[in-house]
Amino acid sequence: MDCNGYRQENHDQNLFPKPKVLVLEPPPVFIYHEEKLSQKFHFLKAWDSPLPLEQFLTTHAHSVQAILSHGSCPVTTNTIRLLPSLGLIVTTSAGLDQIDLQECRRRGVSVAYAGNLFSADVADIAVGLLIDALRKISAGNRYVTQGLWANNGDFSLGSKLGGRKVGIVGLGSIGLEVGKRLEPFGCNILYCSRNKKSSVSYPYYSNVCELAANCEVLMICCELNDQTRHVINKEVLLALGKKGLIINVGRGAIIDEQEMVRCLMQGEIAGAGLDVFENEPHVPSELISLDNVVLSPHRAVHTEETLMALVDLVIGNLEAFFSNKPLLSPVLLDE
Amino acid sequence: MGVSNTNSDKTQEEEQQDLPKVVLLRPPPAFSLIGEESFASNKFQFLKTYDSQLPLDQFLSTHSHSIKAILSSAGAPVNADILQLLPEVGLVVTTSAGLNHVDIPECRRRGIKIANAGHVYSDDVADLAVGLLIDVLRKVSASDRYVRQGLWADKGNYLHGSKLGGKRTGIVGLGNIGYEVAKRLEAFGCVVSYNSRKKKPYVSYPFYHNVCELAANCDALIICCGLSDETRHMINKPVLSALGKEGFIVNIGRGDIIDEKEMVSCLMRGEIAGAGLDVFENEPNVRKEFFAMDNVVLSPHRAVFTPESLKDLSQLVVGNLEAFLTNEPLLSEYVDNE
Repeated sequence: MDCNGYRQENHDQNLFPKPKVLVLEPPPVFIYHEEKLSQKFHFLKAWDSPLPLEQFLTTHAHSVQAILSHGSCPVTTNTIRLLPSLGLIVTTSAGLDQIDLQECRRRGVSVAYAGNLFSADVADIAVGLLIDALRKISAGNRYVTQGLWANNGDFSLGSKLGGRKVGIVGLGSIGLEVGKRLEPFGCNILYCSRNKKSSVSYPYYSNVCELAANCEVLMICCELNDQTRHVINKEVLLALGKKGLIINVGRGAIIDEQEMVRCLMQGEIAGAGLDVFENEPHVPSELISLDNVVLSPHRAVHTEETLMALVDLVIGNLEAFFSNKPLLSPVLLDE
Repeated sequence: MGVSNTNSDKTQEEEQQDLPKVVLLRPPPAFSLIGEESFASNKFQFLKTYDSQLPLDQFLSTHSHSIKAILSSAGAPVNADILQLLPEVGLVVTTSAGLNHVDIPECRRRGIKIANAGHVYSDDVADLAVGLLIDVLRKVSASDRYVRQGLWADKGNYLHGSKLGGKRTGIVGLGNIGYEVAKRLEAFGCVVSYNSRKKKPYVSYPFYHNVCELAANCDALIICCGLSDETRHMINKPVLSALGKEGFIVNIGRGDIIDEKEMVSCLMRGEIAGAGLDVFENEPNVRKEFFAMDNVVLSPHRAVFTPESLKDLSQLVVGNLEAFLTNEPLLSEYVDNE
């Protein structure tokens, strides 16, 4: 760029400065699309600074109005309190357990999230993990590439999907998309949710233990909150039974992971398909040794197409906020 | 008239020996997978050529007067030579849906009926086809490997996958299996089109007259047809080129439908994006080039094998044989009109 161009841009920047947005840790969408995002916003990168977070906030960010966050980046009470001008938190996740929503409510801070953008992709992975676990696709792939098909003969049998009773835990937008996909496979869908949904005809169970006792597969599609933390515990796993499978695309902490590992090792349940874990990216080593689990590194939402749509959604929400227009995908904090 | 020869005078073994015989040229996989007892009946007895020391034609000639049916499975062709030695045979029952190992015109010529596995496997095969498509589009097996190798903690996120919704999926062969695949894919928001021997009047999916045109207009090809002279190596270089660099292929039909050597080339050069394969040209010897490809999912020809479907199969096989022997209509007669 020549001198004139540089001066002009600097001049414009002083007249119409880009709104400042604080980023504590970069979300995947930031890593892949920083250039596009930076065209409209000036990002204050807390993770890049040698200063400890509190000091960074008080020194550089005390006037900031918006934070860009993601699913595993906590936005704590303390952080919010250090930002007196904060008006918006945009998270790239559908989950909200990492944000102190109560403090947001108290301070009148708006929150925008991914809404239903991911629901189809997450549902696709949930069903993909189920088919894999039941029909042993990844295990069969290993069997072939280890030369065992040629040397040892036929691989073991999988199990049929059709007729299987599948219990969906949490019938929100993801759970509904999962149910929709499983129907043509001939699965019998049951569910448990905070409230019974009048729009569906699937049998409803008010508690997850009863659901587990009446199905052969549990699909965890709910969010993580105080009620759902470790809701899948020893009792539920034993109720699911020795032929039961568990698929988790919610959050790792919804399941008592240590207990689940124990049940898998001892054959108290038949297998699992897991996209989320209690302590990502750490996966319990016992699971690595098992042939009847399918392990996915929290990527249920990672498709090129959806990440592109997510960039547009983030930009749209930030632009709306800074021009005093309604957010595109606000979280209703008054619930 | 002499001593009456009532049933109670015969031993059980003698009664068994009076039963019409069903000959097997090789043991069906289902026998070892769910047990031969599932195929037992009081109306017929199995005669196993592979249990005998006699050469095949001698064995068949010796027993030809009592062999009324053949229970066939892939790997042991039912051809004119065999049929010539068995003039009493009126029915060939296969344990497969596919019939490429049966000389159909020769059976017709001799007035021999054919019964196959009908729709017993269709759901299971369709389920696996969709499972393979999700796997290869969303890199399920590849990311499972990534985790098992400890790379998630070391290197961070794995590669992105590709969304299913909106993908144009081309079904090659809209028989029962193809139809079941289509039904499932619609629920994921895929856009279905197909190529088949004939246009199907009862579906509204767009029909393409030839498979190359179908490939040019879709993002993923799902091979659901049977193997025949027309379909052997039907998926060749022009079709794979038409499918393109961002195209995927899933095969749950037969390995020989695809020019496998060409497909390997295309995958190595990045001329197609990936593949999910349950069948291969030379099972169980899968080409080693596939092993190193992260964008290929390999399944050891398991599409039909769930215990539940095998049980259904055993009931169908017995049902067909018993119906034939009691002059009842067959349960899953193969009729040449696809």
